[in-house]
Amino acid sequence: MTEQSLSRPETRKRRLPQINPVYVLVVALILAIIVMNPAFGEPTGYMNFLKRVAALAILSAGALYVIVSGGFDLSVGSIMTLTVIGSSMLASNDPNSTYWIIPLMLGIGLVIGLVNGLVVSYLKVPSLIATLGMMITLNGVAFMWSGGAPRGYLPDTFRFFGRYNITDVPLIGILPIAVICLVVFGATLWWGMHRTNFGRMLHAAGDNPQAARLAGVPVQRVRISAFVVSALTAVLAGIILGGRAGVSVNIGSGFELQAITAAVIGGAQLLGGRGSVPAAIAGALALEAIFTLLNLLGLAQPVRLVVQGLILIGAVAFATYQRKRAGR
Amino acid sequence: MTEISQNRAPRRFRFERHASTLLLLAAIALYVILLLALGQVRFLTLDNLVAILGRSITLGITAIGQTFAILVASIDLSVASVISAAAVVTSVMMNGDPAMMVPAIAAVLALGAAIGLVNGLVITKLEVNPLIATLGMSLIIQGVLSYYYNNFAGNVPVEFQIFAYGAWGIVPYSLLFMFALAGLAWFVLRFTRFGSDIYSVGGNKDAARLAGIKTARVVIGAHVICSLCAAIAGIYLASRLRSGAPWIGAEGVYDLESIAVVVIGGTVLAGGRGGIWGTMAGVIIFSLIDSIFNVAGVDAFVKQVLRGIIIVAAVAFYAARSQRPVA
Amino acid sequence: MIEAPVFEMQAISKSFPGVRALHEVSFACGKGEVHALCGENGAGKSTLIKILSGVYRPDSGAVLIDGTEQHFGHPQEALLAGISVIYQEFSLLPERSVAQNLFLGREPLRNGLIDNRAMIAETRRVLELFGVRHGIAPETLVADLDVASQQMVEIAKAISLNAKVIVMDEPTAALNEAECDVLFALVDRLRASGTAIVYITHRMREVARIADRVTVLKDGEVTARFDQVPAPEMIVRAMVGRDISEYYPDPAKPDEIGADILTVSGGANHAVHDIDLTLRAGEIVGFAGLQGAGRTALAMALFGALPFTSGRVTIDGQHMDIKTPRDAIRAGIGMLPGDRKASGLVLMQSVRDNGMLTARSFARLLGGNGANRFIDLSGMDALLDRMRVRAPSYEQEMRFLSGGNQQKAIVARWLALKPKVLIFIEPTRGIDVDAKASIYHLMRDLARAGTAVMMVSSDLPEILGASDRILVMRDGRIVGEFGRSASEAELMLAATGEAAEVAA
Repeated sequence: MTEQSLSRPETRKRRLPQINPVYVLVVALILAIIVMNPAFGEPTGYMNFLKRVAALAILSAGALYVIVSGGFDLSVGSIMTLTVIGSSMLASNDPNSTYWIIPLMLGIGLVIGLVNGLVVSYLKVPSLIATLGMMITLNGVAFMWSGGAPRGYLPDTFRFFGRYNITDVPLIGILPIAVICLVVFGATLWWGMHRTNFGRMLHAAGDNPQAARLAGVPVQRVRISAFVVSALTAVLAGIILGGRAGVSVNIGSGFELQAITAAVIGGAQLLGGRGSVPAAIAGALALEAIFTLLNLLGLAQPVRLVVQGLILIGAVAFATYQRKRAGR
Repeated sequence: MTEISQNRAPRRFRFERHASTLLLLAAIALYVILLLALGQVRFLTLDNLVAILGRSITLGITAIGQTFAILVASIDLSVASVISAAAVVTSVMMNGDPAMMVPAIAAVLALGAAIGLVNGLVITKLEVNPLIATLGMSLIIQGVLSYYYNNFAGNVPVEFQIFAYGAWGIVPYSLLFMFALAGLAWFVLRFTRFGSDIYSVGGNKDAARLAGIKTARVVIGAHVICSLCAAIAGIYLASRLRSGAPWIGAEGVYDLESIAVVVIGGTVLAGGRGGIWGTMAGVIIFSLIDSIFNVAGVDAFVKQVLRGIIIVAAVAFYAARSQRPVA
Repeated sequence: MIEAPVFEMQAISKSFPGVRALHEVSFACGKGEVHALCGENGAGKSTLIKILSGVYRPDSGAVLIDGTEQHFGHPQEALLAGISVIYQEFSLLPERSVAQNLFLGREPLRNGLIDNRAMIAETRRVLELFGVRHGIAPETLVADLDVASQQMVEIAKAISLNAKVIVMDEPTAALNEAECDVLFALVDRLRASGTAIVYITHRMREVARIADRVTVLKDGEVTARFDQVPAPEMIVRAMVGRDISEYYPDPAKPDEIGADILTVSGGANHAVHDIDLTLRAGEIVGFAGLQGAGRTALAMALFGALPFTSGRVTIDGQHMDIKTPRDAIRAGIGMLPGDRKASGLVLMQSVRDNGMLTARSFARLLGGNGANRFIDLSGMDALLDRMRVRAPSYEQEMRFLSGGNQQKAIVARWLALKPKVLIFIEPTRGIDVDAKASIYHLMRDLARAGTAVMMVSSDLPEILGASDRILVMRDGRIVGEFGRSASEAELMLAATGEAAEVAA
C-alpha cells in the first residue's frame, strides 16, 4: 500500500454505470402487456397508461425526497384527498376559481409539509408516526370540510391537468396534459435531487446525519425541506388525480404506500442515503404495469393489494440480501 | 464522545417512568373538572366509568399485543388488518351457528399465530425493516380479505354476543377479559424467561446475543403474541358488531392507536423499557379523552382531527426529550 | 507462580487485512494472580483479549485453559469455560435491575418460572463480596447507578458466573479516586479467592498498586515482562520505546510560526474547564491525555458541536460566538472527527461527494452541485489527486476505500474551504503505517500554508513526532505544556497526574 501515486489511466473517473434492474423490469412488463393486448402498443394505449400513472409517478418522485432523507411520509395520500375535496368545495362550480385554488392548495401543502418536518426534526417524533397522525388528521379535515359527502364537482379548468388530451399530435396522436406534467415535474424533481447542492445534502443527511452535521450540513432544515417537497408533490398529484378521476372522499387513500413501494422498486434505500428520481418514476411505471397485467389476467382489484404487499417486502428483502452479499 | 455521556447524574428523578401515571391523573382530573363545569354530575358514576372503559376493549386487547412487539424493539402495523380478518372469519365461520363457536375461535387464533409467525420470520430471517414488513403484511391481508368480502359478512350467534354484551353485575365480561389478559401478559413479562428475554433483546440485542439468548426466536415470539392479541380483538369486535366487515380494523385506526397508547404508557419505541400496566393506563387515557369529546359534544370529524393531533403530541411528549435524531 | 497457570496463550499471531495485529504473543495468568497488560493504543491488547474471550480466532498459536487446548467459536463458549471480560463499554441493560442483569440469559427457574427470590438472594450474596458499605440493592435499575457501581455490577456478573479468569479493560477510565480505591479493594479480594485477573491499563500507579506481574505489548509483540512490578519509567519505556521514525516531517522553523489565529480564554462547559489556549498560524499543536481527559470534548467545544457555555473565543482577534458547527465553519474552523465511520463519512456517497459536502453546505441551496463559490468538480478532483487519494474512480462509494484514503478525502473536504484552523482528532487511527506518513506531511503542508493545526491524539509517538507544541489534558483541564523535545514518559506522567510522585 504505497502512497506513491501511479499514473492513473484517464478512465478512472468513469465507471460503467450499472443498469438499475427497475428499467429492465419496466421494459419486460410493458412487453408482456403488449403481447397480451396489442392495442397497448398503439399511441393511445401507452399514452393512456402514462396518463393513468402520472399522479403516482410524480408522487413517488416526491416521496423519494423524504425516503432519501431517512424518513417516511405516509400523509401524502391524505393530502391528495384533501386537495381534491378542498378544491371541489371551494370551486363551487366556478371555472375561474381554479386560478386561486391551485396556489391556495399548494400553500396548504407547504404548511402541512412544514408541520410534518418540524414535528419530526424538533419534536423527534419518528416520521412514520408523525405522518400517520397527519394522515388521520387530514382525512378528518377532508371529511369535516365536505360534511361527509362531497358536494359540487371540479370545474373543467381544474380538471384540465388530469383529463385533457392534446389531439392530432404528429407521430403519437394524443398527448395528455398529465403526461406533460409528469415530464415537467419529473424533470424538476430530478434536477432538485441530482443536480443541486440541496439534493446532495439530502443524501448526506439521510446517509449519516451525525457526519453531515459535523460537515456543516443544516440537517434539520434539509429534512424539513424534504417533507415540504413531498407534500407539494402530493398536492400536484392530487390535482392530476382529481382531474382524471373526479371527486370522492377516499380518492387518495393507499397512494402513500404505493409511492413508497414504487421508490423501493426503484432501488431507494429505506432509512436514507440513496435513491434516484428516474428510478422511482420507473418504479411507479412498473407498479402500474403490474396492476394493468393483473387486470388483463382478469384478477380483481384486491389482488393488487396482495401483489403490492409482496413486492414491498420482496424488494426490501432483496436489497438487504444484495447489500449483505456486497459485504456492506 | 463517550467521555461526555458518562457525566450524567445518578439517581435523578426519572420523569419518563412516572409520566403515564401523571398523564392518567391529568386526564381524570380534566374529565371531572369538565363534568363539574358543565354541571353534568350525573356522569360521575361507577356505571359511567365502566361504560367508558368498555368502549376501549378492542384497542386495549390490541395494545397488549403491541406492547410485546414494541418492547422487543420491533413494531406491528398489521394489527388493524388482522382485526378485520379475524372479525370476518369469526362471523363467516360461525354464521349464526352456536356449534361453530369453538372451531371458529380456534381457526382465528391459528390464523393470528400464523400471521405473527410470518411477520417475525420476515423481520428476523429476511432482515426486512419491521415497519415495511408489517405494512406489507397488512396490504396482503387486506387484499385477500377484500377479494372475498366487501361488506359485513356472516353473523355471530346470539350466544356468542355474550362475550361483548354479557356482564357480571355492572362489569362487562369483555372488560374482565381484557384485564385478565393484561394480567396474563404482565405475568409472562415478569415471571417467565421469555418475558425477561423480551426486555433483554429490546434493550440491547448484542448483549442479549452474547449472553446466549436466541434473539430471533424472541422477536418471532413477540410478533406471534402481538398478532394473536389482534386476532382476539377481532373476535371481540365481531361479537360486538354481531358481524365482521373487511374495513372495521382500518376504520378504528387500531394500528396507530395501539402504538400511541403503548407509547403514552411509557414503553419506549426503541424497545427494552415499559410494561403492560402503562399500556393499560394509556388505553384508559384514550377512553377518557373520547368521553371528554363526547361530553363536550365534539363533532365526529373534529374528533378524528383532534385524535390525530393528540397521538402525535403524545409521542412527541416522550420523544422530544431524547437527544437522538430520528428517521 | 509455582502453580500451573489458569490460562495460557502460546505464540498467538493474528492479522487483519493490511495490519499485523499480533505476532507470536505468549501470555498467561495464574490462580490468584493479577497480571497487568500494558501498551499503547493499537499495541494489540484488545486483539489479544478478544482472542482469549472467543470473539476472534487466532491465525496461529494456542489458547489453553487449565492445560487443555480450547477452540472457541463463540464468546459464549469462552464464558462457559470461565473467562469473563469486562469491556470499557458496558454490556449492561440500563433499564433492568441489577439482579436481572447478573442473570441475563440464565435466570434461575422454579416450576418453569423465574425464581426472582433466588436471583435476588444470589445477587445479594455476590454483591456482599464487595463489602457492605457499598451495598447496591439487587432491585435497583442499572440506569440509576453511577458509573462506578455499574462497573461493580459488571464484575459481580463475572463473579456470579464463577469466572476463573476476569479481564478488566481499563476499568478505572471512568472512575474517580475514591471509586478506584473500592475497585482495588475488590481486586484484592478476588485475588485472595483465587481468581486470575488480567488488568489492562496505562496508568502506572495502578500497576504499582495491584499488579503481581506486568507484560508490555508494543506493535503486536511482547517487549517486556516483569515478574515484579518495576519502576514506572521502565514500563513506560517498554511501551513507547520505538524510534521516532523519519516519516515525520520537519517541525516548523521559528519564522514559520505566525500570528495568533484562535484564542480561548476561560472556556468551559460541562466537560472542560478553565481552557486558556492559543493556536497560531503555521503551528501544529498536539493534545495528549488519557481517554476521557477532555481532549475530544475541547475539540467539539471549539467546533461548536458541544459549545462552550462560558469563556471567550476569538479568531484573528475578533470575538466569535460559536454555538453550532455551522458557526464554527463560518468562522474558519474545520474538524476531522476521530470516529470516521460514525461522524465523518457519508459512506454511501461517492468520494467526490464526500469531498464536496462542506462546500455545498455553504453554497446556494438550489445552486448546481457541480460548482460553487468555493470549488468546482474539477477543482475537487485536482485536490483529491494532489492528496493521492487512491480510488478506482472518484465516483466510487466511500465505503469501499481504505481508512487512509477516506481520511484524505475528508481533509480535501476542508481544504476546499481554506479554513484558518483545522482540528484533527485521532488523525491516523485505523490507518496503515504508510498512509500515516502522508497524513503527517499533509498536516505540515497545511501549517506551512498558514493554517493553525490542532491535533488530538492518543498515540504519544505521533504527538511527539508531528507537533510543534504539546498540551496535556487531564480531567477536562489543560495541565501541562511541552515542546516537541519532551519525552513520552514526561507526557504520560503529566497525563496521569503522577508527575509529582515520580519527581519526588
